[in-house]
Amino acid sequence: MDLLRFITAGSVDDGKSTFIGRLLYDSKNILTDQLEALMRQSRTTSYADIDLALLTDGLRAEREQGITIDVAYKYFSTPKRKFIIADAPGHIQYTRNMITGASNSDCIIILIDARNGVIEQTRRHSIIASLLKIPHVVVAVNKMDIVGYSQEVYENIIGDYKKLAAELGLPDVYYIPISALKGDNIIEQSADLSWFNGDPLLTHLENVEVHKANSNGPSRFSVQYVIRPQAEEHHDYRGYAGRISSGRYKKGDSVQILPSGFTSVIKAIEVNRKEVEEAFAGQSVVIHLEENIDISRGDAIVKTDEQPRIENNFDVLLCWMDNQQLTPGNKYILQHGSRRVKAIVKDIAYKLDVNTLEQQPSPASAGLNDVIRATIKTAEPLSFDSYQNLPANGTAILIDQTSNMTVGACLIQ
Amino acid sequence: MSYQLDYLDQLESEAIYIMREAAGQFERPALLFSGGKDSITLVHLALKAFRPGKFPFPLVHIDTGHNFQEALDFRDKLVAETGEQLIVRNVGDTIRKKGLKETTGKLASRNALQTFTLLDTIEEFEFDACIGGARRDEEKARAKERVFSVRDEFGGWEPKKQRPELWNIYNGKISKGENVRVFPISNWTELDVWNYIKREGIELPKIYFSHEREILEYEGQLIANSEFIRRDVGDVITRKKVRYRTVGDMTCTAAVESNAITLDEIIAEISATRISERGETRIDDRISEAAMEDRKVNGYF
Repeated sequence: MDLLRFITAGSVDDGKSTFIGRLLYDSKNILTDQLEALMRQSRTTSYADIDLALLTDGLRAEREQGITIDVAYKYFSTPKRKFIIADAPGHIQYTRNMITGASNSDCIIILIDARNGVIEQTRRHSIIASLLKIPHVVVAVNKMDIVGYSQEVYENIIGDYKKLAAELGLPDVYYIPISALKGDNIIEQSADLSWFNGDPLLTHLENVEVHKANSNGPSRFSVQYVIRPQAEEHHDYRGYAGRISSGRYKKGDSVQILPSGFTSVIKAIEVNRKEVEEAFAGQSVVIHLEENIDISRGDAIVKTDEQPRIENNFDVLLCWMDNQQLTPGNKYILQHGSRRVKAIVKDIAYKLDVNTLEQQPSPASAGLNDVIRATIKTAEPLSFDSYQNLPANGTAILIDQTSNMTVGACLIQ
Repeated sequence: MSYQLDYLDQLESEAIYIMREAAGQFERPALLFSGGKDSITLVHLALKAFRPGKFPFPLVHIDTGHNFQEALDFRDKLVAETGEQLIVRNVGDTIRKKGLKETTGKLASRNALQTFTLLDTIEEFEFDACIGGARRDEEKARAKERVFSVRDEFGGWEPKKQRPELWNIYNGKISKGENVRVFPISNWTELDVWNYIKREGIELPKIYFSHEREILEYEGQLIANSEFIRRDVGDVITRKKVRYRTVGDMTCTAAVESNAITLDEIIAEISATRISERGETRIDDRISEAAMEDRKVNGYF
């Protein structure tokens, strides 16, 4: 069985939480006691009137305000597939929480209220999806029941969206009319939407191709922890523990250690405490080398003929996530996988309007939820790939040195 | 050769990755061990993450004094087999030392008082990270919590101030006095844990399997008869065949009637049940809608 991670995005009244509740409820993934609790809170005794949003809004403040503030993760499965939903807030002030949820998703479901069509939030969520290169997009036009299940309304909305998708270059978009409230086209085809010939939403989610950890890509592995038992029986044992983020490694491969540049040969690879001939992307492994070289946490081990970039001056698309402004010249700690280096944000080339895609050149600073293109200089060279070429090795975060907060999300260009 | 991981392999690899991040980022981490199936799974994952080396952390048991003897025996056996360090701190000692007031009532639970002992233990050993077996599918406040969850000096969780947690980059940088709760199996469901236990052949305390026990039926829940509950006139104690779906204190975990003696039978029963793990077995969560959120804000795991 495989695993699909998806995120749901929509603005406050698009019925996102209701949609997730419906998906869980109709696929029989809500259990009796949870349902009873929901009925108690909804002050109802009828299944039809349950406020399904109460299922995902897990914080007191969210229930009080009736909005989603932070990402909630929900889990369900069908006989075909296991799903992890990141239920993300739609509000612009919680964009950073949405990016948190989106960063690990293979698919995004963008909900559009059939009465309102494509609005600013739809554009923003779509732009974020395209920046993060989420492989699959589902555009679900919700509340079709309120517009009389009108095919014309639906066609107009998706006509608008198709223009946006073309503008953003979204690769794979699936369009579907639904009513989360009534359950139309969620699990089963709806009689009221008989003019729609596509699969119901869940069927589509069961069949969408999952993002496979890239075992055909260049070899990328970063050391998280060095295992040295220092016991008599394992006297010479020195294993480099980490997870392969891309490509494959074999016993006998010639490898280079970065950023130091030393070379060696793989003596052995262990997966789950057993020696294997070959290991691949996604696996947590222990690598042993022929030579005893100084290697520590954060170093990369790559095959000699599959080099990443090694630079200390590079451009990033940066989503700013802190209340305190970013001003060029500020110093931070940059974390790329397990590696931390000191970094300066040098110049801001432009600020991207995430509602219109317009670029505002050379802004003096960036504020919460701004997306900018900036140049970063690091104190030591960093080995990486561009996000465009290899997302698994092209991301980093910025950490504030005094508050320790995660203040920026970087897509390396 | 196939280069794809099954979903259980993916979850396992992610959990090992998170544990190694904790080991790499913190100076004095600890693994909170309760004797329940989730923390036993964590120990199994730690063996995979760090052997043949020693664990880079001790196991820490916050002992309420209300445990099932079987869970304690299992704990000691596991510690002996792995040769890892175990630190035990007793809630009873904290209650005496700090003059805390015990809860009263029929099922007086020390669940909330555990937090005091946990925070004292963190201070005593200067732990900067505590690795725990909480899962996001358990409860809706947990569903909101990050994998690396920063707690303030009072152990408190501030849901509105959570750090963004992006891709597989975990930010465990903290100031002195703060600490981080690390949850490697955040993305596992109850059924994933059981399937993994079966696949890996992980041993569990016997009380997870069907056995006969003296039971008090109280407000629809099956409570083990023990010295820790108040017995009143009119209580009917019967012998029933039960198993435990979760193992916590005797006063706050309820049993389920079952004849399941194998993992296959347990998995079949859990797959068929229409009641959630916490709903069926956790007496402490019934108190209020935000019971878990409130406890977490106050430093609870």
